[in-house]
Amino acid sequence: MIALGLTFLMPLAWVVSTSLKLPGQVFITPIEWIPTAPKWDNYFEVFRRLPFHLFIRNSFFVSIMGTIGMVLSSLTVAYGLSRLRWPGRDFVFTVLLATMMLPAVVTMIPVFIIFKEINWVGTFYPLWVPAWFGAAFYIFLMRQYMLTLPLELDEAAKIDGASNFRILWQVIAPLCGPAVATITIFAFLQHYNAFMEPLIYISKSEMYTLPLGLLWFKGRFGNFWHLVMAASMITILPVIVIFFFAQRQFVQGAQFTGLAGR
Amino acid sequence: MSAAQRRDLRDGLLFTSPFIFGVLALWVGPMLYSVYLILHKWNMLAPPKFIGLGHFERMLNDPLVGKSLVNTAYYTFVGVPLQLLIAFALAVMLNQQIRGLSVYRTIYYLPSITPAVAFAVVWVQILNPEFGVLNEVLHWFGLGPINWLFEPGWAKPALIIMSLWLTGFQMIIFLAGLQGVPKELEEAAEIDGANAWRRFINVTIPIISPIIFFNMIIGIIGSFQVFTTVFIMTDGGPQNATLFMVLYLYRNAFELFRMGYAASLAWILFLIIMIFTGIQFFFANRWVYYEGRL
Repeated sequence: MIALGLTFLMPLAWVVSTSLKLPGQVFITPIEWIPTAPKWDNYFEVFRRLPFHLFIRNSFFVSIMGTIGMVLSSLTVAYGLSRLRWPGRDFVFTVLLATMMLPAVVTMIPVFIIFKEINWVGTFYPLWVPAWFGAAFYIFLMRQYMLTLPLELDEAAKIDGASNFRILWQVIAPLCGPAVATITIFAFLQHYNAFMEPLIYISKSEMYTLPLGLLWFKGRFGNFWHLVMAASMITILPVIVIFFFAQRQFVQGAQFTGLAGR
Repeated sequence: MSAAQRRDLRDGLLFTSPFIFGVLALWVGPMLYSVYLILHKWNMLAPPKFIGLGHFERMLNDPLVGKSLVNTAYYTFVGVPLQLLIAFALAVMLNQQIRGLSVYRTIYYLPSITPAVAFAVVWVQILNPEFGVLNEVLHWFGLGPINWLFEPGWAKPALIIMSLWLTGFQMIIFLAGLQGVPKELEEAAEIDGANAWRRFINVTIPIISPIIFFNMIIGIIGSFQVFTTVFIMTDGGPQNATLFMVLYLYRNAFELFRMGYAASLAWILFLIIMIFTGIQFFFANRWVYYEGRL
């Protein structure tokens, strides 16, 4: 168990230790896992070579905008699919389940051309606007959660004369905290880790997100492993911080889908 | 239709409208549009030229199409079963009462949620024939050295080994499933004299079979569309040994600007994935157990 854990940990350990070494120490074998004199300056050197502060800003902008859209759209659509009764609801839900299983590759090229036609190529819009229309998995997750809330809540509010709009935002949404938290984290990481979309849509280097910036850095300074690893660490660090504070949500996410713990 | 029913319909459509619009604008529309693309030759500069089914004829004469199909199939059908096995084994281990559980969970899960570029860069180093850690470990056992990413025969296994390190998501799904196995059932089987192994095979596996099925479906769909890691680590090399479908499609679309050809490749891949998903659903009722349906 411990050996397996160490095996899984090794790549990360290698990043951390290499990022704190002098260039000459990188390839010494056996590997020196804890550098004797950690060279923190490598991290500052990364920022001096390429504008990583811009990449961080861009990544966070796209991730935050995408996440807000994902949360709002999931709440809205899931409300329509779980708490309202109307003809056609089951059909929309079936379509939702189907899109969860459709391979996205088939729309990649036509969507690119459509975004090009409306002059969105080279802007951040293609990276975060689609999230505002919802994604099947998150809507599904939110619907499953909303189904667990008692219907009396809505009925009581309706008797008081509240519209569906008010019921959603003032009664239901405040009770969806755990599902919102889970979606927030998944959606943030999804946008933060996205590679293909920025690769296709962003060309100006000052608009690069962290994954593109890191790839550029590797291309230009690939021989300076200590710097490449410091740059990698800068990219990974937010993920580690998020995971540290939100461990529970990751496990919850799987449980909410109803796949487990029936 | 009464006024109340009309209001219900209106509100239902209103609340689900973001999704309905999204499906029309980002799925239905693009898919119809790509049917048009398939039938045309277009480099995004000159006007599109109608060529009928010319792209499919061309595919038959394009050796890289067959190559990328075989590569993708290899990566999927060797890789996904191993990924599921590892993910399941990790989940079973994490389901025990052991010390430092959350530390292990973090270690196994973290790789799958870090940006692909960051770990791909590291893995290029791990797989380095001269200084890489993997060859060093093999050396302890008197094996190797292997030219991992530089030898056509080893490049795909190398990528599969790396993919095993990224099974955290499947693991978490399995883990949630294992935690949902009712204790009463296990206890009942124990009273009936079933040992731990038999309980595992006859109680645990059937109960979580829907989760195995889910992970398999999602795993195969994802694996057929693998792109980021190969794009960064090998860019299809050596000698096209890791040229996968989506990478070839990307090159055609965004490096060679053959939009029609790339869209045709995408449709082929789409159909292949749908066929395999369909086959799995067809066989599902033979082994997937759903509670409440005996």
